[in-house]
Amino acid sequence: MREQKIISEKLNKEYEYGFVTEIEQETIPPGLNEDVIRNISSRKGEPEWLLKWRLKAYQHWLKMTEPKWAKINYKPIDYQSISYFSAPKKKELKSLDEVDPELLRTYDKLGIPLEEQKMLSGVAVDAVFDSVSIATTFKEELKKHGVVFTPFSKAVHSHPELIQKYLGSVVPYTDNYFAALNSAVFSDGSFVYIPKGVRCPMELSTYFRINAQNTGQFERTLIVADDDSYVSYLEGCTAPQRDENQLHAAVVELVAHSNAKIKYSTVQNWYPGDPETGKGGIYNFVTKRGICKGDYAKISWTQVETGSAVTWKYPSCILKGDNTVGEFYSVAMANHHQQADTGTKMIHIGKNTKSTIISKGISAGKGQNTYRGEVKIMKDAENARNFSQCDSILIGDQCGAHTFPYIDVRNPSAQMEHEATTSSIGEDQLFYCNQRGISTEDAVSMIVNGFCKDVFAELPMEFAMEAQKLMEVSLEGSVG
Amino acid sequence: MLKIKNLHASIDGKSILKGINLNIKPGEMHAIMGLNGSGKSTLANIISGREGYAITKGDVIYQNESLLEKSPETRALDGVFMSFQYPVVIPGVNMTYFLKAALNAHRKHRDEEELDAIGFLKLIREKIKAVDIDEKYLKRAVNDGFSGGEKKRNEILQMITLEPKLSILDETDSGLDIDALKIVANGVNQYRSSENSFLVITHYQRLLNYLKPDFIHVLIDGKIVKSGDMSLASILEEKGYAWLEK
Repeated sequence: MREQKIISEKLNKEYEYGFVTEIEQETIPPGLNEDVIRNISSRKGEPEWLLKWRLKAYQHWLKMTEPKWAKINYKPIDYQSISYFSAPKKKELKSLDEVDPELLRTYDKLGIPLEEQKMLSGVAVDAVFDSVSIATTFKEELKKHGVVFTPFSKAVHSHPELIQKYLGSVVPYTDNYFAALNSAVFSDGSFVYIPKGVRCPMELSTYFRINAQNTGQFERTLIVADDDSYVSYLEGCTAPQRDENQLHAAVVELVAHSNAKIKYSTVQNWYPGDPETGKGGIYNFVTKRGICKGDYAKISWTQVETGSAVTWKYPSCILKGDNTVGEFYSVAMANHHQQADTGTKMIHIGKNTKSTIISKGISAGKGQNTYRGEVKIMKDAENARNFSQCDSILIGDQCGAHTFPYIDVRNPSAQMEHEATTSSIGEDQLFYCNQRGISTEDAVSMIVNGFCKDVFAELPMEFAMEAQKLMEVSLEGSVG
Repeated sequence: MLKIKNLHASIDGKSILKGINLNIKPGEMHAIMGLNGSGKSTLANIISGREGYAITKGDVIYQNESLLEKSPETRALDGVFMSFQYPVVIPGVNMTYFLKAALNAHRKHRDEEELDAIGFLKLIREKIKAVDIDEKYLKRAVNDGFSGGEKKRNEILQMITLEPKLSILDETDSGLDIDALKIVANGVNQYRSSENSFLVITHYQRLLNYLKPDFIHVLIDGKIVKSGDMSLASILEEKGYAWLEK
């Protein structure tokens, strides 16, 4: 069929960001044992308590087994063949001039030149290249407001009391297999602290990038918003093309105190693997969780997941304070051989807590897309409310969409609403668009963008545009 | 404008069209009447380029070129429009966005400047008057929640906005009450000119009474068995099709 052909041409567009930056890397040889963990910790000059915490996590990890409940298939991960630390050799740069020009060109290719970012968008960029942060901008402006936005490894030294208090407080190392692994070997990440009553004057943004071959990336992000504060954090990712699977197991912890609001947005575009065979994509096993600790706190997750060969990710909210709000807005795309098992957990503990879940799954090619979500209303959560909407769209006849909503209500005053739809982009719709002079490619973009618009609307402006562009690129080869 | 030469076509090996000949000149309106299964909609679909039909013999010539190898969007951009018998719902895509994308594809094809949101809104506010559509429908998703009559008026709105040279109206009268029928017919009549041609496909005379086509053809079992003027429509209405069958 002609449509099938155009669809497949569009989906088969090569991964644009599949290039490798040639920068000398300093890497610990593959393998995982206590010595490797000590090595990582001593390279960062970490305090004793942190090393101990890592070692405890490692010991716990050894007793755990990889979770098998998700609807994903992948080759077994050989944890001893992974190198657990990799960093560009040149460190501690004072200004962008000192950044390796090759690296800057990489960012140019991705369309995120640091200088322009600095000037145009008012975004402070903490660029993580592999594991070590290399450039931090807008420091002065943030400092004026008392906002801390710093690489995790630095925060350990500059704000030890905060790190010690909050690290692992939302996602303990015992939480799950990948969180335990991350806790043992995490290399770097970001730490954010917003003081009482401060509205962070700009969107905080971090670009992650996996570069060194066979190097697992284990990021750790911790955001603490004190009483009556607000912060919007953006995370965007692309990765260069590689033949072997790369494991990514990040942990993100959010803490919102009374009346604080945290908005966390992600656009994820890691290498999805070879379009024909599915080989070589990123394995993305991420634990993201936030706690609304004080009354009237709010945490909002927005994610656009177009990349990775395997996605295993459930950004969640613990609604502990009374009148707290949790939100989850998600677009997940599985094209070619991609598999996504993603969703959220909303745990209602406080009274009058409210959660909203909007999930849009797009399946194309041979992609498998699963929504897995849990809404739990605890015994004391009087008048809790949840609204869930899980929509799936299918492009072609070889992909799959699956929905697993778990609902656990232990308080009779709860109000739960759940809506779910599955639709497909039909030949009729495409012909109708064609007959009005709209090409099949444009028609598919239009229909998919229409499908996702409720979620895109939640993204900060610059991300919304990036997300739309990503969607188009990711859909290429999917529809005719 | 349009020349159909000895067209034979089949679906899944079943012969549907068995030698259609038709010649539509600029400014002419032709109507094709016939019972269900006579091949009327097949003819419309083949001209507009829908997939799934095998052309076994003959050709369709539009503006001196064969249409058959061209993609549906190329045909559309070259001025072939079809008003769908069953307009398709496209959830999530609002009508304004859809029609603006379609119009700008046409303008680009004609080397005209694309219209911005404000320019388009100005244009469309004029156009909706002709088909008596409320502006609020433009904010809804394409054909989503539209009544039968609204869908058909929406098709005509798209026609007068995209300004095709050849418009195929595939059973545009089906499912319309008398008021909607008048509105639709009125919209079509306003668009008639010495350059614009029409192919109207219908079961019944009632739409034709308002449109007054130049020629009427009767399609039975994949062949045009009789052609004539408006008087033929009245005879069909009175006597049915049986007397034309062998």
